[in-house]
Amino acid sequence: MKIIERFDVPYYQYLDEASQLVDDDIPPLAENNETLLQLYRLMVLVRTIDSKAIALQRTGKLGTYPSTRGQEAVFVGVGHAMEEKDIFVPYYRDVGALIQRGVKLSQILAYWGGDERGNDFGPDNFPFSVPIGSQTLHAAGAAYAVKYYKEQRVVISMCGDGATSQGDFYEAMNVAGIWKLPVVFIICNNQWAISVPRQAQTATATLAQKAIAAGFSGEQVDGNDIIAVTHRTAEAIKNAREHNEPRLLEMVCYRQHDHTTADDASRYEPKNLREVEWKKEPLTRLQRYLEKRNVWDEQKQAALQVECAEQVDVAVKEYLSLPPQPRESMFDYLYATLPDIYQEQRDMLKNLKEVTHHG
Amino acid sequence: MADITLVEAITLALGYEMQADTNVIVMGEDVGKDGGVFRATLGLLDKFGPERVLDTPLAESMIGGLAVGMAVRGLKPVAEFQFMGFMYPAFDQIVNHAARIRNRTRGRMSCPIVFRTPYGAGIRAPEHHSESTEAYFAHTPGLRVVVPSSPARAYGLLLAAIRDPDPVIFLEPSRLYRYAKQEVKNDGKALPLDVCFTLRTGEDVTLISWGAMIKETLEASAILHQQHGISVEVIDVATIKPLDINTILQSVERTGRCVVIHEAPSTCSVGADIVAQIAEKALFSLKAPPIRVSGFDTIVPYARMERLYLPSVERITDAVFSLMEYA
Repeated sequence: MKIIERFDVPYYQYLDEASQLVDDDIPPLAENNETLLQLYRLMVLVRTIDSKAIALQRTGKLGTYPSTRGQEAVFVGVGHAMEEKDIFVPYYRDVGALIQRGVKLSQILAYWGGDERGNDFGPDNFPFSVPIGSQTLHAAGAAYAVKYYKEQRVVISMCGDGATSQGDFYEAMNVAGIWKLPVVFIICNNQWAISVPRQAQTATATLAQKAIAAGFSGEQVDGNDIIAVTHRTAEAIKNAREHNEPRLLEMVCYRQHDHTTADDASRYEPKNLREVEWKKEPLTRLQRYLEKRNVWDEQKQAALQVECAEQVDVAVKEYLSLPPQPRESMFDYLYATLPDIYQEQRDMLKNLKEVTHHG
Repeated sequence: MADITLVEAITLALGYEMQADTNVIVMGEDVGKDGGVFRATLGLLDKFGPERVLDTPLAESMIGGLAVGMAVRGLKPVAEFQFMGFMYPAFDQIVNHAARIRNRTRGRMSCPIVFRTPYGAGIRAPEHHSESTEAYFAHTPGLRVVVPSSPARAYGLLLAAIRDPDPVIFLEPSRLYRYAKQEVKNDGKALPLDVCFTLRTGEDVTLISWGAMIKETLEASAILHQQHGISVEVIDVATIKPLDINTILQSVERTGRCVVIHEAPSTCSVGADIVAQIAEKALFSLKAPPIRVSGFDTIVPYARMERLYLPSVERITDAVFSLMEYA
């Protein structure tokens, strides 16, 4: 017997839960007050809108909403690491990356409020793809197009830990490895796929090692450490841009809320686990670090919270005052030109008198 | 101008459009060096290179999902599934994504993709190689479903499908791939989508069919006319979705009798929809019940019994005789 291959799965953490820098090779970002403050402000904004969205749902003003609480660093860090020209393929649990891609908070609310217009994120951002993991293949396809047209873009694909059990996830990585596609696959491993914990999705020690079977490297990143998330994502994007090499990043964090507002995690989540994990959450970690660097204090914190609340209020007002789409619009985007045969149904819908709704 | 087969017409159309539009790429299992298991992509790799003729890994959902991502970013993928029975892993990508991206982004993004696949029974192939499940796709808003039944229509309809800005399921009757040759001009002229083709005009009965069953339908119509003096109109539906029901209604209103002939099982078939629409919109023109001659509601049998499964010329002529009983 001989060993014909060996693999390593690195783990990256720069700022630990005690807000101490821990690695020998700390990236320059850890010294960049301006950027860190920007990231911190975004994370606080994301958490503020998150609480507001849940409140809106509870009062009947929003549909089902998936919280990003506790996972802010993953989305904010990934969004920051991307260049504008890059292509973003999100999954539905996202605020922090999208708002850095030019998407308005009110639009994200519109999506969860049941308005299709909330899903048009602009030319270089794919819409939310609800069937779990299916978007990873769109990312690989988009990356092929990037390569074909010789564009300098990279495609960033996001999914959750549950998505890694899907065939599409593996198929996307497999083809990206073979064709050397400029795509970075990012898993927000928040430990739960609705009620099923990470250990019940796979027997592997990490999700990062799933990349090994596809022929490229995977790494695990502390998803509560915004410095690690941002730096490792930026490195992966650079590598993809320069060498057409895909990479898989597993961002380890914890879902500090039910799966969505329609879920009740007390049915399955071990007692106290959320509290234990809360000690690692990303906002306080960065806040303490910024305080240690003497660029943050209680006064600034209070001011930021007021500022974020105001921003969210503006977004909520915008969302609530969004005029409805014309009802016949449900036919208007099926085809580039609606076939004549369906025109009759469109007219019928348009002229429909108010109907009695059930339930 | 040489006469060519249906599968050669497919190759010709692919080559024409790849030459005309560098956004068009061909992808699928064995479509490169091998030229596809039916040779539909023969010679394209040599002519257009591996960046435009992609041998994919063996994963159908991947083919569907890649095509979606490619199309959103400007490519026009023509993706081949080796057989219709192997297409289903991509069902999610086709039905949930290709058909919906335009609607989902309120027109921002689109999926100009052609999903090609050999379709139908009668080639003595193993299980899953004989499916005709067009109804699965015809049920889905956002898709077009097109079935050619001759070399010339294969050429013109495939060009139209590639040029169409929306996803098209293009079902190629494998039984007709090499059945008959026909002169096809490589002039890049597309045929219209969304219309039926009247292949034969007549006064007594309308036969409505598509795909490989056009062969038996035309044979039956010739017998009915020559041996029994029954004047038969034959409509090749060609585009199953969206269905050009007006052409069908105009014919049925004139003849007062109709038979829909298809390979697929009858339950919830495209034929069921056609008959329902005739009943809704032309009932009082009818002299006889609108009926179907279809495949049985069973799994397509393996090679030894598949001929029994397929509607025969006799089943079609018998159906017409039964309708002629009504005055």
